[in-house]
Amino acid sequence: MTPFDQEAERSVKQQAGAVPKIRLRGLKKRFGGKVVLDGVDLDVRAGHSMVILGGSGSGKSVTIKCILGLIQPDEGLIEIDGKDVSSMSPEERAAILDRTGMLFQNGALFDSLPVWENVCFKLLAQRRITRAAARDKAAEVLAQVGLAASVGDLSPSELSGGMQKRVALARAVAAQPDIIFFDEPTTGLDPIMGAVIDGLIVDCVKKLGATAFSITHDMASARRIGDDAAMIHKGRIVWSGPAASLGDTGNAMVDQFARGEREGPIQMELRK
Amino acid sequence: MTRFLDFLALIGRSLLSTCQSLGGVALFALAGLSHVVRPHFPFRQFGRHLVEIGYFSLPVVALTALFTGMVLALQSFTGFSRFNAESAIASVVVLSVTRELGPVLAGLMVAGRIGAAMAAEIGTMRVTDQIDALTTLSTDPMKYLVAPRLLAAMVAMPFLVIVADILGVFGGFLVGTVKLGFVPQLYLVRTFDVLQTMDVVSGLVKAAVFGFLIALMGTWCGYNSKGGAQGVGQATTRAVVASSILILALDYVITEAFFSR
Repeated sequence: MTPFDQEAERSVKQQAGAVPKIRLRGLKKRFGGKVVLDGVDLDVRAGHSMVILGGSGSGKSVTIKCILGLIQPDEGLIEIDGKDVSSMSPEERAAILDRTGMLFQNGALFDSLPVWENVCFKLLAQRRITRAAARDKAAEVLAQVGLAASVGDLSPSELSGGMQKRVALARAVAAQPDIIFFDEPTTGLDPIMGAVIDGLIVDCVKKLGATAFSITHDMASARRIGDDAAMIHKGRIVWSGPAASLGDTGNAMVDQFARGEREGPIQMELRK
Repeated sequence: MTRFLDFLALIGRSLLSTCQSLGGVALFALAGLSHVVRPHFPFRQFGRHLVEIGYFSLPVVALTALFTGMVLALQSFTGFSRFNAESAIASVVVLSVTRELGPVLAGLMVAGRIGAAMAAEIGTMRVTDQIDALTTLSTDPMKYLVAPRLLAAMVAMPFLVIVADILGVFGGFLVGTVKLGFVPQLYLVRTFDVLQTMDVVSGLVKAAVFGFLIALMGTWCGYNSKGGAQGVGQATTRAVVASSILILALDYVITEAFFSR
């Protein structure tokens, strides 16, 4: 089969939904002697929202960073649209990042730039827009996340935590990516603001028709933003299924986690 | 025997670690410089850093140079008057300032002010995921953060040293004529008689090299910082100490290259 035939077959399969948008197989990563990922297997369907649940230090953030190429995995396969990212050239890798958005846990807004420049940073970096047009575009995207255009002229340090999250969300979606990663989007927010951010995430993802990959340990948030869910524990996926079934999955680990119970198969690791 | 082997292992580990760091810094510098000549150089960032390094460092560099020139004239007079060699003061001041004190003191001042700021800013960006965010926003951090700082420091430092040279010589002139009673015209004639183009050029070459070292150490230490606020603090200290030592060491090497016969 020629590369052209393979590409055509992949395209047909993807249209039929057979090729996952993101596919992880046997992903492993250790830092020194500590095993963080111990063979993660996961499929994320195109146009769906996948939520990864797990306790602190279970490997959720490392999984996202491996997919984005910010951390090099020790072993395993990462495919995006059926293509192995490890065999991609730097240009192909950059092309993947060009159509990817990421909302970092703490926002990671650039302190030295005003909000409007943060929001349109990617569009300006890709030279898809002039600086004059970027101000208007930023106002438009800020409106999508419920912020006034005047916020664009503020510095990130002048914003509250909830507003920073909204600006970070605006930045993640401004370039209209087709894959968006959310790293604990509601951490540090009050329940109402958390629900607001979740609502905005769902709206933005649906509007773009994007594939969403979120990690969280907030069960309410997981149910709100996820179509599918998976649980990671000790570097492995121990359960996956519909997000709606969280809390009643029949899996002792997931149910303990969902109910926040102290007793169960998941035990707090004490450092010796 | 075991202790001796442990000692050897310790030396070996230190040596390997030093080589690894030197190699890391060299590759980092090459990667940063390569972006200066590649397309889409971030001129806006370059301009911002040029103003930050060149313009906002002017007061501290100017005051340092002025008072150094004044003290130099005063101390030279104290020493030279014992041998009736007061007439050499103008020459000593101009040569010391243009060849050594101007670039070295400007370098040390800028290292304290700018090297520390670079390490702190980039270090904070590292520990708050802003550098990872740059990557996900289709921007190479080396191109956006490192290359403009390296170039701006290399361009700004020679201008700062020209100002330091002028004010250092002026400080000597001020003390010489007002306090020590030199005739102004005679002081200036002796200053310019002894001054040669190479004296100024060597100082400017040193300035460009020192600017590169300050920016390199500031960005390298910041880029590789880890561990939160404490890590950023350590990176800042490392940047200032490393660039100060390198300035003094490279000063000797460049002086040898220009003036040894």
